[in-house]
Amino acid sequence: MKINDAVFGVLLLALGIAVLWHVQSFPRIPGQNVGPALFPGSIAVGLIVCALLLIVSGIRSHARARWFEGLPWMRSSRHVSAFAALILATLAYILFSTSVGFLIVAPLGLVAMLIAFGVRRGTAIVVAIVGTIVIWYAFYKLLRVPLPWGVLERFAF
Amino acid sequence: MHEIGAAFQMVFDPYNLWVMFAASLFGLFVGAVPGLTATMATALLVPVTFFMAPIPAIAAIVSATAMAIFAGDVPGCLLRMPGTPASAAYTDEAYAMTRKGQTELALGAGLVFSAIGGLFGTAVLIVAAPALADFALRFSSFEYFWLVLLGLSCAIVITSERPLKGMVSLILGLLVACVGLGNPAGFPRFTFGSTELMGGIGLIPMMIGMFAVSEIIRYAVDTSPQMLIVDQPIGNVFKGMWTLTKRYPLQIFRGNVVGTLVGALPGAGADIAAWMSYAISKKFSKEPEKFGTGHVEGIVESGSANNSALAGAWIPALVFGIPGDSITAIVIGVLYMKNMNPGPTLFTQNPQNIYAVYLLFIVANILMIPLGWLCIKAAKQILRVPRNVLMPLILLFCIVGTFAINNTVFDVGVMLIAGVAAYVLEENGFPSAPAILGVVLGGMLEENFISSMIKSDGNLLGFFSRPIAASLGALTLSAWFLPPVIRRLRRLAGA
Repeated sequence: MKINDAVFGVLLLALGIAVLWHVQSFPRIPGQNVGPALFPGSIAVGLIVCALLLIVSGIRSHARARWFEGLPWMRSSRHVSAFAALILATLAYILFSTSVGFLIVAPLGLVAMLIAFGVRRGTAIVVAIVGTIVIWYAFYKLLRVPLPWGVLERFAF
Repeated sequence: MHEIGAAFQMVFDPYNLWVMFAASLFGLFVGAVPGLTATMATALLVPVTFFMAPIPAIAAIVSATAMAIFAGDVPGCLLRMPGTPASAAYTDEAYAMTRKGQTELALGAGLVFSAIGGLFGTAVLIVAAPALADFALRFSSFEYFWLVLLGLSCAIVITSERPLKGMVSLILGLLVACVGLGNPAGFPRFTFGSTELMGGIGLIPMMIGMFAVSEIIRYAVDTSPQMLIVDQPIGNVFKGMWTLTKRYPLQIFRGNVVGTLVGALPGAGADIAAWMSYAISKKFSKEPEKFGTGHVEGIVESGSANNSALAGAWIPALVFGIPGDSITAIVIGVLYMKNMNPGPTLFTQNPQNIYAVYLLFIVANILMIPLGWLCIKAAKQILRVPRNVLMPLILLFCIVGTFAINNTVFDVGVMLIAGVAAYVLEENGFPSAPAILGVVLGGMLEENFISSMIKSDGNLLGFFSRPIAASLGALTLSAWFLPPVIRRLRRLAGA
């Protein structure tokens, strides 16, 4: 998405002010004029200055660049679903891999993504299963990464 | 002397050679597939190198990146699509050569002069790094503060069309670096009670997000039409290389020097080196009108520049811990994980490791000739690999690789957020190189800033009290204030 500089500026300004406000609660070290707040505080001041400059330049260019502007891919359902599948598959992994298990979540996520990316159904299922097994074998067996078993815990080996 | 022997032993160990061979094939593949970059190759290697000894881990990264930067030239020739951003500068030129029936010459020049560039950059690394390290042993927190600030300033000035946007990127990176306990006071900042944030935001998950996941997103939403592969037999790519060497010795040398220097500058890597070299080549050429019509001169010069930049970037990374490009930003993270903390003491305490790194570069660049030749032979098969099958698999690899570092899905979340953020920011003209430098160097900048403040009792003039610090400080300030002044003067002169 194309976002006007001024919109970024406002968001960054809010972030800068929030950081500056938050660091006031950091402890001061007695007898010293430096503390944990000094560095993030100075950065926040820099951020606020940059944000103001962005707002000015964004407002100046507003005639040419609207506040928000969609990119060509956002009007194509194929690309939108590819993007959504990518994000949702990763989110699903974060939320469910521990409880449900790698060997179930990974191939389902892969199938969803492959189909959204335009791979044929049959191919997608085969690739997802083989891909999951190869990655599982490489990381779980060879590199000994404890990929979660989830509901398959009873069959763990 | 026995350190050099030890280095030879480590590098020519069968396991290490096997790692280099496998990583080279991986690098060639990643480089040759458009949309997969050399930085992405490095990010994907990190979870695997995590389980290796230090030298094989570095070997994997050195070989994969060298090969990937060369292999990026291949789809440029055959598809008019750069395999990595480092080949973008001369993709049109290479494709024009293919249409003239000179595919062999373009690919051969890419291969041979890539290897020469890599070896030249390595030679400079071997000579310059120990000398700089010797000099840097005398540095105090004041010098380091200015050095880091100078590096960050360079990154902003060089990498972005609009320094303001580069600055915003950098500041966001520095803020991310502030999260957690890792500050001079040991006070948990911006953790909001989360134990996972206590240790700070993981560098590796963030890099995998910024350099691999963001590329996958970019692929998912790419609306440009499919490119067709030029179908013509590829003959002997080494034919005519000696003639080119004799014809363009100055161009080769200039490309190597510019590449190494740009590589050594923080933030700017192989892609910017190639753009600059191509522009220089055109400007000083005797036949500039031929550029863009399928003329090999620019490919010779910028093709060697991008590979020499790779080695050049390691100079500040090894000596000061300041990455010269985004690849070495990841490398620094790996070095810390392997207890090979970058800095001048790396050269005095464990010289055999440094000698081994030099050797790795030499071996990788020599290995590039036969393996690169194989890659060119297999190019059409590699380019036919369906990317819509590849990308989801790479995403799963990213997820598992990120998980493998600390065995927590929290890091997978960091990876996803970093990937989406990098994509949105890049789409809106905020470069990601300054952000990654900010994350990597934030801790070092703060530490040296705070100890300098304490030493000078809060007096900012103290930052200029030592001669080297004062010069570095002056250099940094001029990097900030000279470009706008020059621009204004130029405008006045033009008016």
